[in-house]
Amino acid sequence: MKTLLLAWALLAGATSTADAPTLVAGVFEPPRIAPDFTLPGSDSKELRLSSYRGKVVILGFGFSSCPDVCPVTLAVLADARRKLGADGSDLQVIYVTVDPRRDDAKRLREYLASFDPTFIGGTGEPEQLAAVRDSYGIFAKERDGGAGFSHSSYTYLIDREGNLRALMPFGHKSDDYVHDVRILLSQ
Amino acid sequence: MTPRGRRLSLSLAGPALGLTAWAALAPVSAPSRDAVFEIPKGTWARRMSGDPVEILPDQIRLTLGIRDTLVLRNRDDVPQTFGPTLMMPGQSFRLPFAQASSYQFACTAHASGQMTILVEPFPETPWARLRFRVRELFET
Repeated sequence: MKTLLLAWALLAGATSTADAPTLVAGVFEPPRIAPDFTLPGSDSKELRLSSYRGKVVILGFGFSSCPDVCPVTLAVLADARRKLGADGSDLQVIYVTVDPRRDDAKRLREYLASFDPTFIGGTGEPEQLAAVRDSYGIFAKERDGGAGFSHSSYTYLIDREGNLRALMPFGHKSDDYVHDVRILLSQ
Repeated sequence: MTPRGRRLSLSLAGPALGLTAWAALAPVSAPSRDAVFEIPKGTWARRMSGDPVEILPDQIRLTLGIRDTLVLRNRDDVPQTFGPTLMMPGQSFRLPFAQASSYQFACTAHASGQMTILVEPFPETPWARLRFRVRELFET
């Protein structure tokens, strides 16, 4: 009987793994806790990543005068949140600037609100922001002559428990985000 | 050409034609769809001692339906920036691709500061299969 139960448990485990929905995004295995940070938020309050436990967080890095990558990413995220309907309230988009010289809280708030008023931005001192980028392996470098920044264009997906689960490369459609956020919300 | 040379050419032409026909017509598959790159244990120590260890090429070519998933593994004892991201010791990162395109990632490990992942469509036509097999032959 014990053997039968063990075999059933093994079979059930194997089946559940095989049937587990897979993310479109690139997945970290095992996931690690997303490095916590505290920055001045675009809502003029303290932005602490760990205070969003219980929600799925999409974390991106960019700057408000970015001509190409950031507006596309933010428009896609706004569309994804809209498509999630009521579940969208369990998703928090956090966008951390790589350009603190220009992106103060007010400017970030206005910029992000043009995509979705629930999006929250993070700013701060250059050293503070560099430390956050380092903890996530984010690359950012000012282009010559102050012509904007080259920066990592992907976003991170963080689950309700604060685990850094996945990385979505730039160029994915909102449906891919909806797909992955729904999976993370269901776990 | 001498009659002996002609006979030799004809006897070689048959197998060559057969091989080309096979390469163009036989279905293409691979034992695994993963393109795996690993940072071995001790890489950080080697780098610290001045050995410029290169693990990821600055261009990786993948093919949809055959080898279309990038797998990065950090087997070293310290966190490493590997390709586009930071990976903890023992951690792996698995990124499947579903669209043929050229994907650029900022990557500080390369002199250009960029890593390109070129994802090509599944070789549907005989010509595409032939080209795929020839390239595989020379790239491996």
